[in-house]
Amino acid sequence: MEAPALDRQSALDTQAIRKRKNARERKALFYGLLFTSPAILGFLIFTLGPMIASFYLSLTDYNVFKEGTDFIGFDNYAKLFSGEDDLFYQSLGTTFYFVVLRVPAVIIISFILALLLNMNVKGRSVFRTIIYLPSIVPAVASSMIWLWLLNPDLGLVNNVLQKLHLPTSSWLFGEGSVIPSIVLTTLWGIGGTVIIFLAGLSGIPKQYYEAIDVDGGGWFHKLRHITIPMVTPTIFFNTIMTIIGSFQVFSEAYILTQGGPNNKSLFFVFYLWRTAFRDTEMGYASALAWVLFIIILVFTAIVFKTSKSWVHYEGERT
Amino acid sequence: MRESRLKLAAGYVALLIVSVMFIVPFVWLLRSSVMDLSQIFIMPPEWIPRPFHFDNFKNAMTVVPFGAFFKNTLIIVVGVLLGTVVSSTIAAFGFSRIRWKGRDMVFAILMSAMMLPGAVTLIPSFLGWKTLGFYDTFYPLIVPAYFGGGIFNIFLLRQFYLTIPQDFDEAAFVDGANYFQIYWRILLPLSRSAVIVVALFTFLGSWNDFMGPLIYLKSDSHFTLALGLQMFQGSYTAQWDLLMAASAAVVMPCVVVFLIGQRYFLEGITLTGLKG
Repeated sequence: MEAPALDRQSALDTQAIRKRKNARERKALFYGLLFTSPAILGFLIFTLGPMIASFYLSLTDYNVFKEGTDFIGFDNYAKLFSGEDDLFYQSLGTTFYFVVLRVPAVIIISFILALLLNMNVKGRSVFRTIIYLPSIVPAVASSMIWLWLLNPDLGLVNNVLQKLHLPTSSWLFGEGSVIPSIVLTTLWGIGGTVIIFLAGLSGIPKQYYEAIDVDGGGWFHKLRHITIPMVTPTIFFNTIMTIIGSFQVFSEAYILTQGGPNNKSLFFVFYLWRTAFRDTEMGYASALAWVLFIIILVFTAIVFKTSKSWVHYEGERT
Repeated sequence: MRESRLKLAAGYVALLIVSVMFIVPFVWLLRSSVMDLSQIFIMPPEWIPRPFHFDNFKNAMTVVPFGAFFKNTLIIVVGVLLGTVVSSTIAAFGFSRIRWKGRDMVFAILMSAMMLPGAVTLIPSFLGWKTLGFYDTFYPLIVPAYFGGGIFNIFLLRQFYLTIPQDFDEAAFVDGANYFQIYWRILLPLSRSAVIVVALFTFLGSWNDFMGPLIYLKSDSHFTLALGLQMFQGSYTAQWDLLMAASAAVVMPCVVVFLIGQRYFLEGITLTGLKG
């Protein structure tokens, strides 16, 4: 049996402890918020606020040169989807085509390059540097270089193709070849993705491969049953990032082709920029921005959803 | 892992071919930037300039005021760099070393903003800065860096801070240190390499930014190098020698910074990719 006096004493103790704990928590909360306040303010001022404003703008007919702004509800969106605006569907189609072409190309090629760099060759770091270097070149400068290299008459690429008796192309100037050409120029900057794959590859325990060696399996067997399953988290990450980036391509479109020829490279964000800053249709352009947001959200959600069936995480397997 | 000789040989050949493909545009840029206009178009191409025409750089500078563009770019880059480093390390500290109620939820909300395409906030941000009278100034390009310095950088630093044992803070607390001292005296010195990673990526991002200056800057005298180069291309399309000299001048600082900080770059990319 416990003495009531002792009981009271321990109750006082817990109370004191709780009080001290409360004071500490309050202090932590204060300092936590203090340290993160610039970031939280930044989020409110430069993300959340503009986001709400953007949605509101998309429901108006705001135009810099028009007097007065009317609230028009979902008219902008109705106009977008009614087919009245050809360029909307054109830019949407162009962007989808670009994404469908670029994402697999980036993932497959950078994976292959990472496999090569992961081999036990001498001078690996030199090769790695060479492959990474182009990705730090400003888009403006790399566009200048490619404009020239892909020039149908004066460019190096067509000249080499001619020498090899291969068919040449009008590259950025052809309606059919312009998008593949832009994909090609962006592949030059693939280095970052390669390095991420390389990191994923170097994380695979060597014993797994040795086990296959014992079983007498070849390199394809290793690739199929160890390498690819083990890097699925990296494939997942790179795919998401490449999709998000590809939907938003702008600088290349602006500098290389200005949307041409015949609007065949009218990328969505380029069209949005043109609508907002050249035609000053800010309300309508805001609606375009929201459509892009929803599309990216849907695509990312699809990849996330399907990822459960093909992405393997170490922790889950045991 | 041991690889067969045949496989290694094939690997070398493939790597060599790929390397040549990756490096040719670079070499093309460099050789053209110091070539005479008459030599530049010779096909099959000549790879070694005879003689070296370093005049191209000087001439490009006189055609377009690249000196002023360089100064503008430097002002923006330094401003952004300073803001990002201070702001993101402070925020990362608050999100990793202090345990406060609601912390992880707030961080998750901020992280979700990373998915938001820049296009959505573009127009209202522009209108906001314009209304405040800051159109055609550097403020819209610099000031946001002081508000958190980008959630991606906070994320990267936070990952790093979480790997540093919490005991250090506890010990410092016992010795009477406060949060600021812990941040300044313990965390910052210990996370030097992560801070360098953030600084390097910020430098490149700011130096290479095209859309920001395109939207916020109007008068030529405020242009950055990226904008200036684009303007140059528009008006001097035929002058490939000067255009390449100007491009090389814009690219070179990036290459130098990369080669100096190479180790940190690769570390940083690896870190972000693995923890993604």
